[in-house]
Amino acid sequence: MKTRIEIRNGPLVAAEPSDWLRDAGLSGAQVQFSGQVRDEQGRVEALHLEHYPGMTESVLGTIVEQARQKWHLNGAWVVHRVGTMEPGDDIVQVAVSAAHRQVAFEACAFIMDLLKTRAPFWKKELIGGRWFWVEARERDAEAAAAWLRALSAHEPP
Amino acid sequence: MIEIRFFAALRERVGSDRLAVSPPDSVDTVAKLVAWLETDPALAEALAATPRRMVAVNEVLGSEDSTVSPGDVVALFPPVTGG
Repeated sequence: MKTRIEIRNGPLVAAEPSDWLRDAGLSGAQVQFSGQVRDEQGRVEALHLEHYPGMTESVLGTIVEQARQKWHLNGAWVVHRVGTMEPGDDIVQVAVSAAHRQVAFEACAFIMDLLKTRAPFWKKELIGGRWFWVEARERDAEAAAAWLRALSAHEPP
Repeated sequence: MIEIRFFAALRERVGSDRLAVSPPDSVDTVAKLVAWLETDPALAEALAATPRRMVAVNEVLGSEDSTVSPGDVVALFPPVTGG
């Protein structure tokens, strides 16, 4: 399986993951998730993302490895932006390729759900000229916990 | 010596992104380390203002029960919000 994990301090290019994953017929399915900066009804002027260099890459690598053990994937792309960005900009791209669509859909959702709750990134939003840290959402933690319960249910005790 | 790193809102509240500390040998878990840090009033205030926290020991997610020893890097931060 080919893997691309990167933290980028600059714009993401929407077509890059699918071009990179293209494998001349080995895979029959590609699924790509892109997360974008919401403007929250025009209130958010900018978004800033901070991360923990080194740990971020290692956590993302661990998540992709867990996905590889669970599903047969041909490729996985996880590129996350840091720094300051504007509403509508891509923040993150998670893309996977596999023989069939179900595996690709599930693995992409799994990687994204674990990234949300484990990878050390923090967002703050510029609203009315002031920066506010974004609070973590309980439902993100529940989504990741559901995957981990499902995975452990399939492993021998 | 243990290196403490702070991120995001906790870093701003502490006013610094890292500290080098030498706690007594009895401080051998994250929970004990945090309690020891809280003996400093400014750190106590910053930590109290960030009651929901995650911890990483040597860049691996841990918990209050994780062991710490000299040479470790212990990062304290609010729940992550990437993606």
